[in-house]
Amino acid sequence: MIEQTREHRPARSAAADGWAPGQFVVALLGLAVVIALLWLGFTYLKESNTTSILNAVVAIVWGVGGVAALFTVTNMLIEALPRHWRDRIRPFLFFMPGVSILVLFLTIPTLITLYQSFYDNDTTNFVGLDNYIATFTDRSMLESFGNNLIWLFFGTATCVIFGLLIAVLADRSKFETVAKAIIFMPMAISLVGSGVIWRFMYAYAPAGEPQIGILNAILATFGMPPQSWLTLQPWNNLFLVVVMIWGSTGFAMVLFSAALKGVPSDLIEASQVDGASEVQTFFSIIIPYIQGTIVTVTTTIAIGTLKIFDQVFVMTGGQYGTSVVGTEFYRQFFTNRNVGYGAAIAIVLFIAISPVLIYNLRQLQKQEGF
Amino acid sequence: MALAKSNSATPHNSRLLRDILVNGTLALLCVIWLVPLLGLFISSFRERADIAQSGWWTVFPHQAYISVDKIQLTRGIPLDQPVQVGELTLSDTQLRAGFVAPDGLRYIWANRRARLVDVQQQQWMANTNLTTENYSNVLLGQTYTYTQSDGSTKSEKGEDMSRAFINSLTVTIPATVIPILLAAFAAYAFAWMRFPGRRPLFAMVVGLLVIPGQVALIPILRAFSVIDINGTLLALWLVHTGFGLSLSIYLLYNYISSLPREILESAFIDGATPFTIFMRLILPLSVPALASFAIFQFMWVWNDYLNALIFLGSTPETQVVTIKLAQMIGSRGQDWHLLTAGGFVTMLLPLVVFFSLQRFFVRGLLAGSVKG
Repeated sequence: MIEQTREHRPARSAAADGWAPGQFVVALLGLAVVIALLWLGFTYLKESNTTSILNAVVAIVWGVGGVAALFTVTNMLIEALPRHWRDRIRPFLFFMPGVSILVLFLTIPTLITLYQSFYDNDTTNFVGLDNYIATFTDRSMLESFGNNLIWLFFGTATCVIFGLLIAVLADRSKFETVAKAIIFMPMAISLVGSGVIWRFMYAYAPAGEPQIGILNAILATFGMPPQSWLTLQPWNNLFLVVVMIWGSTGFAMVLFSAALKGVPSDLIEASQVDGASEVQTFFSIIIPYIQGTIVTVTTTIAIGTLKIFDQVFVMTGGQYGTSVVGTEFYRQFFTNRNVGYGAAIAIVLFIAISPVLIYNLRQLQKQEGF
Repeated sequence: MALAKSNSATPHNSRLLRDILVNGTLALLCVIWLVPLLGLFISSFRERADIAQSGWWTVFPHQAYISVDKIQLTRGIPLDQPVQVGELTLSDTQLRAGFVAPDGLRYIWANRRARLVDVQQQQWMANTNLTTENYSNVLLGQTYTYTQSDGSTKSEKGEDMSRAFINSLTVTIPATVIPILLAAFAAYAFAWMRFPGRRPLFAMVVGLLVIPGQVALIPILRAFSVIDINGTLLALWLVHTGFGLSLSIYLLYNYISSLPREILESAFIDGATPFTIFMRLILPLSVPALASFAIFQFMWVWNDYLNALIFLGSTPETQVVTIKLAQMIGSRGQDWHLLTAGGFVTMLLPLVVFFSLQRFFVRGLLAGSVKG
């Protein structure tokens, strides 16, 4: 690999430490051409809204080729500069495109949302904390908060416990690979797709008719009346959470499985020599050892439960007492065109997640190099 | 102590018992996890009428009562007291629930009003009447005909999902590929260059990892309507690029910063510029990490519903598979032959990607979360 770089050493880097005006002008022209082409591509893609593989190809060439070309010509530009300028500017060439898109699409919009949350529906009049007061007093919002708490506690706890259980069992089984693939598989399925799958599981027909939903069929074999699971308040929330558990346990399992493999075997052996039973070893050696992973998995899944939208929206539309913060946000912002209120709900969601954000930043501070 | 003793006395037995317990529990959980998907998969190959009348599990061999004879009672015979059915005397409730005689035959109303009793015998059977028609219905919008409960036939047009499938590809591929290069450059800068603002900017990247998309949706939607790109694929590409960047920068940073310093230093001594090093060394070395992220982003964009709903909407020209499927749930909630086949169509590609590249996917998952 190094040999290769040596051979391909570019001539221009060796050219001079100093200022190369000729190259600078060429690069400047190149930059102008690239920007013009990017703009051209943008307008083309904006106008042509027919979806075809051709347009996908154009988009890839535009996106990837454009970025590559942009990097190449700006690099030429920088290499033409005097050395002390070069080293100062170069890092910006590397991180600016990515970071500015991030700022443009996440940081600035978040700040605007924060600002809008203090304004009324069409963001013309300042209303102070009214939107937030409404968020915490509105009946449907309170119901959503309650439901989100069910998701948060029941969903997260079950995913973590099942994930850990399956990881431990798989670790001791000959069928580890197969079992893990099966449990992990729902991760590949969209939440809308799981919505269809589980609506079919929960399918309901009146008593006496053939039950095509397996859960009601099981009830029928025990002579119990069929249940309309998704409208059965307040339990229907739990039945929706089950869908999430089915989907996310695989995530927990994969992380736990990797962590379990990292527990040093001499630690476990030492504990067994000391006469600890397997259960004792598990709780006093393994659990403390994988603590970090438990925190990570728990917070990741917890965030997922707070943000939950697709499943509820597709399976019940947030009706029958199943609305969550995500669906309420959509209803206020998109259906009711209530921008200020929607913004306030989004900010509340953000605040709910912020402890994890702060924790992540703390962890980052501890890392070497930062 | 007693336990340890019995262990040493019969090590073989206790080991066997443990194996059975471990594998049994694991198998049970696997079956529970598989059943929902299996139900969808099997149903997608069953005919409309079959799905509506019997559970999908009846395709497996099972014992069921099959009609062997019919007994016509006297029409209009009062049912308030037991009636004579063949050699038996049965009450109305018994005939409603089905009465199993000692010889194994079951007597049940075939048509109570017409006083027709069905005599059934338990037999092994399997409903193996399978078809691929549902798939041509959902993929090509083929018209299908079925018999309604009153005996009349009705024709309905299927759903044309092939369009949505191509739309999804058109959305997903650019939205997966575009962020990679942007992220790789930024990750390289964060990992190997020193510049003012490096710490706060990287802290921002990490902070944005967990930010809920909802927080940014409203302003982006408004900005897009100003530059008039709402409802275009371009809008969705940009959004996914923006939303995917924090994870991709973070993932690639973790990988690139762990590359051995010696390789980079020797290249520097040879006089290569950072740009050359990046293109010729870092990118080729980072292929595993790039692949991990690509799979992540592919799954995320393909399966995304909320952003597609908000930025593309559900016009047939641009709708993607998740939107199409959600729309079908709304408009054809009981047409299970279409929903199951359509559902499977949307899952096919991610499942193939998942099983063929599982290793990379898991690696990305570990890199993205464990260090977080």
